[in-house]
Amino acid sequence: MPESSTQPAIQLKGISKIFNAGTDKEVRALEAIDLDIQPGQFISLIGPSGCGKSTLLRVIGDLIESTAGETKVFGKPAHQARLDRDYGMAFQKAGLFGWRTVAANIELPLELMGWDKTARKAKSAEMLDLVKLSDFGKHRPWQLSGGMQQRVAIARALSFSPQLLLMDEPFGALDEMTREHMQLELLRIHRETGTTVVFVTHSIPEAAFLSDRVVVLSPRPGRVHSVIEVDYGPGDRSDETRQMPEFFKKTTEVREALRAVEVAAGETL
Amino acid sequence: MTSLASRLGSVWPPLVTGALILGVWEALVAGLGIQEFVLPKPSSIVQAVGTEWEGLRTAGIETGTIAVTGLILGVVGGLILALVVTRFGWLSDSLTPMAVAVNATPIIALAPIFNAWFGLTDDRSNQAVVVAVVFFPVFINTAKGLSSVDPDQIELMRSLAASERTILTRVRIPSAVPFFVTSLRLAAPLSVIAAIVAEYFGGPTNRLGPFITQNASFARYDNAWAAIVIASAIGLALFAVALLIERLAAPWRDGPTEG
Ligand SMILES: Nc1ncnc2c1ncn2[C@@H]1O[C@H](COP(=O)(O)OP(=O)(O)O)[C@@H](O)[C@H]1O
Ligand SMILES: [Mg+2]
Repeated sequence: MPESSTQPAIQLKGISKIFNAGTDKEVRALEAIDLDIQPGQFISLIGPSGCGKSTLLRVIGDLIESTAGETKVFGKPAHQARLDRDYGMAFQKAGLFGWRTVAANIELPLELMGWDKTARKAKSAEMLDLVKLSDFGKHRPWQLSGGMQQRVAIARALSFSPQLLLMDEPFGALDEMTREHMQLELLRIHRETGTTVVFVTHSIPEAAFLSDRVVVLSPRPGRVHSVIEVDYGPGDRSDETRQMPEFFKKTTEVREALRAVEVAAGETL
Repeated sequence: MTSLASRLGSVWPPLVTGALILGVWEALVAGLGIQEFVLPKPSSIVQAVGTEWEGLRTAGIETGTIAVTGLILGVVGGLILALVVTRFGWLSDSLTPMAVAVNATPIIALAPIFNAWFGLTDDRSNQAVVVAVVFFPVFINTAKGLSSVDPDQIELMRSLAASERTILTRVRIPSAVPFFVTSLRLAAPLSVIAAIVAEYFGGPTNRLGPFITQNASFARYDNAWAAIVIASAIGLALFAVALLIERLAAPWRDGPTEG
């Protein structure tokens, strides 16, 4: 029996997902995925478009069911983890509700969890602080820029202090400068909260900069091609990290893995 | 609020244009010697509103009541069915296309049928015409609003373990409010048109429809036009109420929707 302290945050065993099984539109999106993710780790999923990154994230979040295999989140079946609200989620589109103020958007999960109004207000103020939007609580989402909206979405996902954050290309729609800024913010939040993060991206530098481990997926069917460990030594990652030789080495490693994946995929076509 | 100011500002151009048109109309009828039974002068119509006021008032209240009660019933009915249909996806798949098809037919042609069902002098026969005309745009628009929610927002709610009912009240209904109030704006003037056309098919005579047909048959076109003015005023008033509801119920539409 493993101790609970060493228990993985996420355990995937033999995960397969077939969409529209048995029809001519059958898609084998995932096949035999085995993956353990340790608590507090930052994991990126990277791979060519359509290789099953979003599908895998949705299986972890119990938003779709896998065709085969077992998904455990904090030792529980994924379904139970979802009911227990063990994770927060953020997508490429901020997906904020236009009829709610920014603060009320952040408070939505707390409302669903039955927090009283005073506690909700205090928490949303704290979260607005965390994402550096303290002056915007009373604004409507459309009054904010894309990057600010995305920060609100992240604050919403973190508002109830989940131990796990699932993110599907959350910075995909942002310009390069905003994106790099958001990456730093996310790392800071990750450090401060100790949350485990599963982060889908198709950007090589983004994966290399953010992650403790980069999981490279190969397409049709989606499989784990390789796992690249990333460690830039002690100290927090910063903009200087992007200039380090080790960072270039890691981006090259990820790029080569992706190239290998694409060559292999090309041969099977 | 700038939007309110610009709204008030935008009232003037149509008013000025309207006054101009009335002036040209008056001048043309007088100048070209057009017979009053072909087209009465605006001034004659205003005069007729004065002399016929008692009859017009009664007729306006009668017809207006039919239009408003029918409007309310149709709106509530369309709203309820939209909610029910959205709750059960399969119902929506089968019913909504049908409703769209029915909405494209001249429902008003059903008026004689409703007369046969409810009785010529029964208010319900004309109310039914109004309900039928109002119901479909409200149902179709609201159902569309309830179901055209961003899939990411639904997934977000599911990730928070929200039930279908919570998703309905927290996401679908608020998303559908702009669609619903827009359908109100469409339905409000339709209700008056439907009520008057229904009255053309017979029934009690103390109403705007018969007022128009009778005066027209006696070549009292000034009186007929006076009744049309009253009908237009009722239609505009209902439209204004719908517009007000739209402003109050969906203020977040002041901003562009999020992309
Ligand atoms: N709901 C679905 N129904 C059918 N096929 C789907 C569905 N969702 C995803 N797929 C297919 O599964 C494969 C993986 O999709 P996805 O996980 O979205 O890829 P990625 O996020 O890596 O771009 C794609 O071929 C996609 O078309
Ligand atoms: Mg994807």
